[in-house]
Amino acid sequence: MTTKWETVIGLEVHVELSTHTKVWCSCKNEFGAEPNTNVCPVCAALPGALPVLNAEALAYTVKTGLALGCEIPHYAKFDRKNYFYPDSPTNYQISQLDLPLCRNGHVEITTADGNTKQVRIGRIQLETDAGKLLHAGDDVAEAHSSLVDFNRAGVPLIEIVSEPDMRSAEEALLYLTKLRAIVKYCGVSDVKMEEGSMRCDVNISIRPAGAEKYGTRAELKNVNSFSAVARGIEYEVRRQIAILEAGGTVDQETRSWRDAKGISVTLRSKEEAEDYRYFPEPDLPPIVLTDEEIDRVRQSLPELPDSIIHRLMNEYGLSAYDASIIVAEKELAEWFDRAVALAGAANAKTVANWQINEVNRVMNLKGLGPDQIPVSPEQVAGMLKLLEKGTISGKIAKTVFEKMIESGKDAETIVKEEGLTQVADEGELLKIALEIVSANPKVVEDWKSGKATAAQWFVGQMMKATRGRANPQLAMKLVTEALEKFTGQA
Amino acid sequence: MSASTYKLSATRLNRLFAAGELSAVEITESVLQRIEKVEPRVGAFLTVTAERALERARKLDGRRKGGDTEIGLLAGVPVAVKDNMCTEEVRTTCGSKILGGYVPPYDATVVERLRGSGAIIVGKTNMDEFAMGSSGENSAYGPVRNPWDLNRVPGGSSSGSAAAVAAEEVPLSLGSDTGGSIRQPAALCGIVGMKPTYGYVSRYGLVAFASSLDQIGPFARDVEDCARLFEVIAGPDRRDSTNANRTPHTIKFGGEPSLKGVKLGVPKEYFAAGIDPEVKARLEEAISQLQALGAEVDECSLPHTEHALAAYYIIAPAEASANLARFDGVKYGHRAENAAGMLEMYGKTRAEGFGPEVKRRIMIGTYALSSGYYDAYYKKAQQVRTLVMRDFEAAFSKFDALVTPTSPIPAWGLGEKTDDPLTMYLADVCTIPVNLAGVPGISVPCGFAGGLPVGMQLIGKHFDDHKLLQYAWAYEKVTTHTQARPSLEGGL
Repeated sequence: MTTKWETVIGLEVHVELSTHTKVWCSCKNEFGAEPNTNVCPVCAALPGALPVLNAEALAYTVKTGLALGCEIPHYAKFDRKNYFYPDSPTNYQISQLDLPLCRNGHVEITTADGNTKQVRIGRIQLETDAGKLLHAGDDVAEAHSSLVDFNRAGVPLIEIVSEPDMRSAEEALLYLTKLRAIVKYCGVSDVKMEEGSMRCDVNISIRPAGAEKYGTRAELKNVNSFSAVARGIEYEVRRQIAILEAGGTVDQETRSWRDAKGISVTLRSKEEAEDYRYFPEPDLPPIVLTDEEIDRVRQSLPELPDSIIHRLMNEYGLSAYDASIIVAEKELAEWFDRAVALAGAANAKTVANWQINEVNRVMNLKGLGPDQIPVSPEQVAGMLKLLEKGTISGKIAKTVFEKMIESGKDAETIVKEEGLTQVADEGELLKIALEIVSANPKVVEDWKSGKATAAQWFVGQMMKATRGRANPQLAMKLVTEALEKFTGQA
Repeated sequence: MSASTYKLSATRLNRLFAAGELSAVEITESVLQRIEKVEPRVGAFLTVTAERALERARKLDGRRKGGDTEIGLLAGVPVAVKDNMCTEEVRTTCGSKILGGYVPPYDATVVERLRGSGAIIVGKTNMDEFAMGSSGENSAYGPVRNPWDLNRVPGGSSSGSAAAVAAEEVPLSLGSDTGGSIRQPAALCGIVGMKPTYGYVSRYGLVAFASSLDQIGPFARDVEDCARLFEVIAGPDRRDSTNANRTPHTIKFGGEPSLKGVKLGVPKEYFAAGIDPEVKARLEEAISQLQALGAEVDECSLPHTEHALAAYYIIAPAEASANLARFDGVKYGHRAENAAGMLEMYGKTRAEGFGPEVKRRIMIGTYALSSGYYDAYYKKAQQVRTLVMRDFEAAFSKFDALVTPTSPIPAWGLGEKTDDPLTMYLADVCTIPVNLAGVPGISVPCGFAGGLPVGMQLIGKHFDDHKLLQYAWAYEKVTTHTQARPSLEGGL
């Protein structure tokens, strides 16, 4: 008997908030500054310094919670999580244990087959980021010394904890993509995994399909990109199933993903798990939020991805999947809206096709981020106008598209400079058709014997002769005319 | 300059300075000479900032002569500051080796306020390491001696600040009180010491021991001086999130001392077993005098008092175990040499840097917060804390203030209790509940037991600090205890 296995995934996502200043002091919150230049007595934990909550960080956390459909309790508090590490100047992290700022939210995901699913969010807590360590040597174990940069220490961090609601790497990626989009739409973080402003721990377990009880989970750390999340999950699923099928049991442990090697290794076992000795933070009073304060934050929410997806589906007839691809990045959705405004709502589906099939393809190929869209909505709308007017053919449009990206010029200029206008002069095209027909008597015979593809072949030759500039319908009409003329003469 | 300028009260010095009858330099020189003379016997200071103080005095004199009419409440008055409050450019050790060479880059809020009021900081005072102790003997830099008997302890943890004021080295000093660290040494040294309502005085720049209990407060030789220093240091500060954002009342003293209409409660639990009979007798005399002033006195009960000490010795060490985690050798302070790796560096640094009492409390606190013990210890202690608070609330529904001994016993001999921490902890049995409840308490001298000072504690409602000062003033006016001065004798 072979067991069918089910994968169960929950994600803990850390997002650095892009507040102007740090969470407990007025030091600047900026990425990439000279080491230890954005540091004060509070964030360096000098003796006697005390934390004061940054109101912007509080509002950003609540805003994120509201955007993710969370309840915002009227009463929340901070706790100390105790552990020693040199990147933590206090040797404890101010976090939230039992009364976080947001609870019970959800993210809706749509899979490629069009199914939608809710992934529940248990909680969002506001906490403190640590500094950065720089080790002299390749590896921390071999380093003879280490340096600490406290610029990041005290940057506000939110931890978004999902319920174990995902069942595959695909779902995990869809969740992460959607979550990142929502956070970005809120304008509370730049959510860049490569700069560490979005980080992710993955909890994975396996159970027999249909079982109610969850399997023992492993927590995967150091997954630093979306593709690493997918690879890490797939590896972990294989590893755990292999253990189970061999009759073994999965250990509850924290594992570290080694992306270069494509494997995970044990970081600490359950027995070695740290006791964080949480207790209520005595330097900060509890947070009490009124309905009015929560409403004020609610009013600052922008149009969110789910609402845009529905708008794109209802107004333009896009599929849920296509809409969700466009909305995955704020910049892509803005690009789409702008292009549709220029090209006209009737062309929205065409715009979507170009964006998903062409623009995204080029961006993936070149590894461009959403803030680096290589072609403007104006350029693409201009190109679609030419296509609509028949000035260029669909085939030429692709050439024009590539050239727009290369040169940054608009479609009309490119068509003019390169002489890519569709040839619509009947007399000239007929001349070319007659030349081709008279030069290929064998194919003419085929045509005469009723072979349907023969006419197509002649149209292809016309396209070749005009470097694709012939209007395809006109070319077909003239080829037929030329064949009739030619065979009539013969 | 009179040879005894240093003996004058802060209020008097401030008036003489304002009137131009005494210069700040004259005052400072007198105080510095006194410090130089008695320090070898008392050991109240860890750092005397003579040059800085004189420079500051010269500036104050210049400003006054230049016609500056804004004379602060403490203009021209020398003040000593406990060594757990940060002073920019002046080392701040907390009485610990781990901060031996530590020089803060900023001033604590109270230090800023002192400067703003025209005070002259003359030095940093000795203390039990990280404010943990009741005798002054836990300093890494040697014990402070009680000016009334140099063979006895001055109390703690603000040992130096209390002894310096009692020995007439300075008219005023700042202490911090987590479980009695101002009131208990004030009682043992025969001076006035007050722990304000939690949240009245900013903790910014006070090196934290137990954040939910710590409060900075004044030491003085009389109530009026004490009130003056309180008024300077209390008030709003956005840098401390636990600050109550309250501006203190301006307190005017004068007229006929009277406690007419004031209802005072005497909690019976504070006079239970363990109290020295002479201390008890002094308190009973004091209560009669309060009645003579017109106060209505009645017995009352704070039934959870007996559990307060135990709750305190969970909560305070728990907070301390986290607060003291930052002393790790990475950023500042002592770092152990020749450690093989990070963990060994942490271990050696802290083993070398902390004294035995601090280590004991870090271990107690770490244990109490540990997984599986939290509910039995920390959570239970917080529940007891709530019950203690309710005791006070109930009492204050009937009384304006409560009267208790500050310490059940007078000063004991140096070294007498150092091997028995539990007995030492009992010295704070009357002061600890006040910190747990966050209410204000003041200790005023109420006589002597075997030649050693005895203190009476008045406990008030939240933010009734000004009323406590007024009651204490009335009592002081009809007694002579605050006029007594120590001889600075005893076998050395």
